[in-house]
Amino acid sequence: MFIYADHAATTKILPCALEVYNKTCEEFYGNPSSLHTAGQRAKEILEKSREEIASILNAAPREIYFTSGGSEADNQAILSAAYAGAKKGKKKILSTAIEHHAVLHTLDKLKREGFEIVLLPVGHEGIVKAEDVKNAIDDETALVSVMLANNEIGTLQPVEEIGEICREKGVLFHTDAVQAVGHIPVDVQKIKCDYLALSAHKFGGPKGVGVIYARKGAPLSPLIEGGAQEKGKRAGTEDLPAIAAMSAALKASIADMGATSALLKRLQAKLIDGLERIPHSSLNGDRTRRLFGNVSFCFEGCEGEALLLYLDDEGICASSGSACTSGSLDPSHVLLAIGRVHDVAHGSLRLTLGPENTEADVDYLLEKIPEVVEKVRSFSPVWRDLKEGRRQYIL
Amino acid sequence: MSLYSEKVMDHFRHPRNVGIIEDADGVGEVGNAKCGDIMKMYIKVKDGILTDVKFETFGCGSAIASSSMATEMIKGQPLSEALKLTNKAVTEALGGLPAYKLHCSVLAEQAVQAAILDYYKRNNIPYDPEEFKCALCAHEHDHTADDGDET
Repeated sequence: MFIYADHAATTKILPCALEVYNKTCEEFYGNPSSLHTAGQRAKEILEKSREEIASILNAAPREIYFTSGGSEADNQAILSAAYAGAKKGKKKILSTAIEHHAVLHTLDKLKREGFEIVLLPVGHEGIVKAEDVKNAIDDETALVSVMLANNEIGTLQPVEEIGEICREKGVLFHTDAVQAVGHIPVDVQKIKCDYLALSAHKFGGPKGVGVIYARKGAPLSPLIEGGAQEKGKRAGTEDLPAIAAMSAALKASIADMGATSALLKRLQAKLIDGLERIPHSSLNGDRTRRLFGNVSFCFEGCEGEALLLYLDDEGICASSGSACTSGSLDPSHVLLAIGRVHDVAHGSLRLTLGPENTEADVDYLLEKIPEVVEKVRSFSPVWRDLKEGRRQYIL
Repeated sequence: MSLYSEKVMDHFRHPRNVGIIEDADGVGEVGNAKCGDIMKMYIKVKDGILTDVKFETFGCGSAIASSSMATEMIKGQPLSEALKLTNKAVTEALGGLPAYKLHCSVLAEQAVQAAILDYYKRNNIPYDPEEFKCALCAHEHDHTADDGDET
């Protein structure tokens, strides 16, 4: 048995995207910046991909810039807005405690450079309140950055409300939509964002390619200098096969979205119901306002990496927010932000399902996970202390 | 899995000497749940020899494997030999650990010392604090590994 349940980490490339990738490598190998026929044919593919992606996001093609992925897009959006703000004396940036590190580490860098960074809380449900964003915006605020869907617990943030608030207040708004695009409808006009980041490999596209959407007029400065590609905003010869394959994967994901969502919703409900039967366990984040594929749990008295390794032996690919899987001493900042104490956050398990998962997969997960949790607990001194009353249960 | 050596995975999959000793002569617990690692070591001592060793661990693959390996290395040994067990020896016996996992082997060394220290204290046996430096500082649990091999 082999079950891939780590789609939030990455996805397998879709056959249609792989076909486009290979075809582009073979037939459209010209450099889009070249004037000759081979170059111009490549340029046509590049611009067609840009138009297709723009159309899906309800953006204009000139607002789409290709990048090496979501992290680059997040970096570029935040730095561009921050430095433009600083020129006007605005050096405050609002964000949330549960952003991806591509956002948080960029904000850390800005903090070291003298910016004021405010990370808003998200509560137990893992969702920031638009009202809190509204109250925190002041004349010094250059940018608001709030993700669309969280990568660890899948919770959906009220980005449309936040976008409306930012538009009213005249503050730039960036949203990291890496986990959302291709999975739920994303419309930049509805969100009223000035920047949006997406990554191809989260929806069946290739790795190493993504997009930054920057609304016309929003400040955008290059991270990489050296050429006129992407209107001077991102130098370097475009990875055309990956860009064309990203567009194909996005179109296919959108076409299948209804059926995939229905399937994932069903599998998610079954998986959550089943895992909740494990004693002293708890779902992380709001049950309904989350991506359909995401099931994140904490199991008390268990350590996450041990869980993952035993599950891997059973053919199950999952992930965890334990310290041991992050290479640091602290467990996931997201789990801590939703109020999980360290002891509990170390025992987290994230399962993220995708379109190829089946009911039989969920049955297998529900057979194996309780067994593995029991095994890890069987030699856990923490679990023994809980069982024998020397330590109080939290979950 | 290529994160860990085959030896680590063997001890992780089939941990040796797992469990508790109800009438243990010494018990040592090191680490804390906040950092994600707790090791608890139980020992039986007869005529200065460790006749039985058992452990329980809350922690990652390398923590479980390190404690399992440590128990195997000290079981049947005189206390004086067991006290010489170093995190480096545990790491080497496991065929190496990733650099950021070396603290797990340090915990194993601390757990062994803590259990023996407990045995000495229970029996009012005089001891040289120098020999228990590791266990005595274990409560601080600073996760530093001394001179560990990085593989």
